[in-house]
Amino acid sequence: MVKLELPYSGDELEKINAGDTVSISGTLYVGRDQVHMRLYDAIMKGECLPFDFEGNGIYYMGPSPAAEGQVMGSCGPTTSARMDPFSPLLVEKGLRLMVGKGPRKPPVLDAVRKYHGLYLQAFGGCGALYSSCITSCETVAYPELGPEALLRLTVKDFPAIAVADCRGYVLTGEGIKLIF
Amino acid sequence: MFFVLVSIGRKARVNLPLLEEEINAGARAAAKNSLYRKSVVRDPLYDRTNTGNNLPCVIYYEMCDGENITISFLLKGFGSENCSGVRMLNPTAGEDEVVEAVTDIMRSAGGKPCPPVFLGIGLGGTMDKAAFLSKKALLRSGENPDKRYRALEERIRESVNTLPIGPGGLGGDNTCLGVAIETYPTHIAGLPLAVTVNCHAERRATVVVLGGYDGEA
Repeated sequence: MVKLELPYSGDELEKINAGDTVSISGTLYVGRDQVHMRLYDAIMKGECLPFDFEGNGIYYMGPSPAAEGQVMGSCGPTTSARMDPFSPLLVEKGLRLMVGKGPRKPPVLDAVRKYHGLYLQAFGGCGALYSSCITSCETVAYPELGPEALLRLTVKDFPAIAVADCRGYVLTGEGIKLIF
Repeated sequence: MFFVLVSIGRKARVNLPLLEEEINAGARAAAKNSLYRKSVVRDPLYDRTNTGNNLPCVIYYEMCDGENITISFLLKGFGSENCSGVRMLNPTAGEDEVVEAVTDIMRSAGGKPCPPVFLGIGLGGTMDKAAFLSKKALLRSGENPDKRYRALEERIRESVNTLPIGPGGLGGDNTCLGVAIETYPTHIAGLPLAVTVNCHAERRATVVVLGGYDGEA
């Protein structure tokens, strides 16, 4: 298991290969569909971004409310493919680490390769497990989106699998393939 | 999103407005007390503001034999729902075309619906009826009483499991855990086929109100 501390520095992401199991600890941002559209629009309009992309990662998720004694309720990954139209630009602008579930389209994989990024897959249906990995949570922007708001988490030993690495390797249903 | 199927026995005591009110009250209480994620927006296109209470539900009513009212809830996730689909097959299509159409829908879905999946399949009726039946199929308990369709369900499961998808889309033999088919008579010119894809976290519950309930003591 490869340990990944966030925010990462330098070439930390490049040390991880498709197929590696990864344990994430540190700061992890959370955003899904609407957040991606807003970040994309902000970049296109040259507006300020609500957080520094460099060194950070984004987790595709929308949490359930916390029960007593929890920081956050069930918080498993959502399907990454819906973020595909927005991700290449975000990766280019420095948001090089993505955590979600399921396959990505070629332009996203190409951006991961070109800009030295990393795409990790979290385990779908394991929201309760991920809940136990969250030690703090705060809303960063777009609170009006409710469960789709942009959040900043602190996570500890958050398990994932590396699916696409910066060398162009991708973990698929048919094994690890060199896509480019 | 709450998908609700209400099957009303033709001999059941029933008060439809009260029934709808009780279903919505139950869903509202469940959303509040059971810590469900708030997943519903007010308008699909122009106003995607979260309703904040998981309402409204999608409710279907159907008549059936007997004197009971059966209320089934399915908590439908949309990573898998987005992979669901309808194919309007030719009336001359046979088993092979049905198996291939379902397999093709799952081939396109790949790892997106969070496999391994359960597949609900509706065959027959009109386009919308087939889609409804594909949801109803996911609520079925026990095996298909028709041995022809039982065999077809198994054939479809085996076919889907030959696809290179596997759990999480990361490879393996188990892409589909189970298939359920519901059918209805259809038109001479067609064979509607609908597939509802559901991830392995299939959350559902059924309540049977014996004798029905009309609000009277």
